[in-house]
Amino acid sequence: MGRAAPILTVLCGIFVLWYLAAIWMNATWVYDQASRSNTSVTLAQVIPQTMAQERPLLPPPHQVAQVLWDGVTGQAVTSKRSLVYHGYVTLRGTMMGFALGTLLGVALAMAIVRFRVMELSVMPWAIISQTIPIVALAPMILTVSNQIGIDNREVPKAIIAAYLSFFPVLVSMIKGLRSPDQMQLDLLSTYGASEPQTFFKLRLPASLPYFFASLKVAVAAALVGTIIGELPTGAVEGLGARMLIGSQFGEPLIMWAALFAAAILAGGLILIVGWIERAARARMGVPA
Amino acid sequence: MTWLVGAVVFWLAAWAMNVRLAASRFGATRAGRITVAALFGVTLLVLWEGLVRGFAVPTVILPGPSVIGPKIVSSLPILWGDFVQTVIRGALSGFAIGAVAAFVTAIAIDRSPFLQKGLLPVGNFVSALPIVGLAPVLVMWFGFDWQSKAAVVVVMVFFPLLVNMVAGLQATDRLHRDLMETYSASYTQRLLKLRLPAAMPFVFNGLKIAATLALIGAIVAEFFGSPIMGMGFRISTEVGKLALDMVWATIAVAAMAGSVLYGLIALIESRVTFWHPSQRSKSQ
Repeated sequence: MGRAAPILTVLCGIFVLWYLAAIWMNATWVYDQASRSNTSVTLAQVIPQTMAQERPLLPPPHQVAQVLWDGVTGQAVTSKRSLVYHGYVTLRGTMMGFALGTLLGVALAMAIVRFRVMELSVMPWAIISQTIPIVALAPMILTVSNQIGIDNREVPKAIIAAYLSFFPVLVSMIKGLRSPDQMQLDLLSTYGASEPQTFFKLRLPASLPYFFASLKVAVAAALVGTIIGELPTGAVEGLGARMLIGSQFGEPLIMWAALFAAAILAGGLILIVGWIERAARARMGVPA
Repeated sequence: MTWLVGAVVFWLAAWAMNVRLAASRFGATRAGRITVAALFGVTLLVLWEGLVRGFAVPTVILPGPSVIGPKIVSSLPILWGDFVQTVIRGALSGFAIGAVAAFVTAIAIDRSPFLQKGLLPVGNFVSALPIVGLAPVLVMWFGFDWQSKAAVVVVMVFFPLLVNMVAGLQATDRLHRDLMETYSASYTQRLLKLRLPAAMPFVFNGLKIAATLALIGAIVAEFFGSPIMGMGFRISTEVGKLALDMVWATIAVAAMAGSVLYGLIALIESRVTFWHPSQRSKSQ
């Protein structure tokens, strides 16, 4: 309970600020309407009107929750209007990219730890690759894969997601595979352990805590990558596409609902990874 | 065919060279490390060029470096205009505002452990969210020009910076704090002489993360509406025209901007946190 109270206070503060901002930002529209119809409104009349506009500048929390709820339960989950459907499309892209990025990160880390030449030549470029804003590449990856004949929209999204998520895994795995200290390595060499044996019995288990810690970052990054990958696809499906539709057709509520759906998805993914991490640690006998 | 074979031969030769360099004593020096990395980079470019020419890939799919290079040189004025619009006006101003805001907030809540306990988990969670999604909302609020891009950048960099800053301010040794106690230092003195310097490694860690985020935010925000200049605008329109050489030229500029920004922050870091073990081991 000691941790819940401060967090709840902060969250309540955010809600209060949000409502105040919503009243302040949406009031302009109410005043405009009133002056057009030559009526005057008092503050007490303005406030309810700022709470339920069709195109609010900033929808108040309950309106967002309402739209989100409608988007999830209002129609069959296979409907194109359903947020569950779009969330599923985004989730699929995220998972593909996440798997791809994690594999790539682990494989590169193993090569870099094993071969010094890999470390010297690849590592600097891996760092530079992350300073390149991948979003710049996103529209091009999409067009190019289209022209090569990959009609599947998942592939380019997954590439972008993988590009963003491999790096945290790479960095953590290098650290993890190097974490066994000299004494442990010496012990294995007194056993006459071969290199693969050292790897599988010492380095790999030692790296697991680092691995799971990096997965949380990687899964969040993969989601961001997928959403970015959905933006320039011409707005067909996925949460990113919903945001673009909301933006282009002037429907802020669609945009906000998609935004919060994405946030909930991110939260869920992080929780699941955290849960897997705890389960794995418990099985390996790491004290909590 | 000759291009393909040539590229592969060059690749093998460069790799063999790198293997020898890495094993030699030269490979342990700073110059050696740079040589190996640079050689690898050049190899990538040669392979790219060789594959593009060898397979006769049309330029609308993937132009080779020999096409992109001249394009960069011939369209410098446009690229410079985009650079100023996106990086300097959008990303850097937002980066500065976000950094100052995070700094001020961290100091403001420094005296209240209650608020810190509440803000840290929330901030950690928010930094993991796809905040990029706010871009269309902010473009709607602040219009198409650079102000909306800066706003996106502010929101994106604020939370990672805040979390790092708050964590940094808590990262002092018991021993150091006791020493300050014996000097009977005031709160401000402690903050300025001990805790802020001690927080710097964390702050720079956050700044490095934020530098990449800033460029991403500024470019993505341009996908949702922009004046007729800017890197995001250029990329999305040139892709539509299938002028991929221009797209790659813009990407090259973005990559350079990102690397230079990162490098600058790393340089300042090595000056400010020269005392930190990670920096000391480098200079030896």
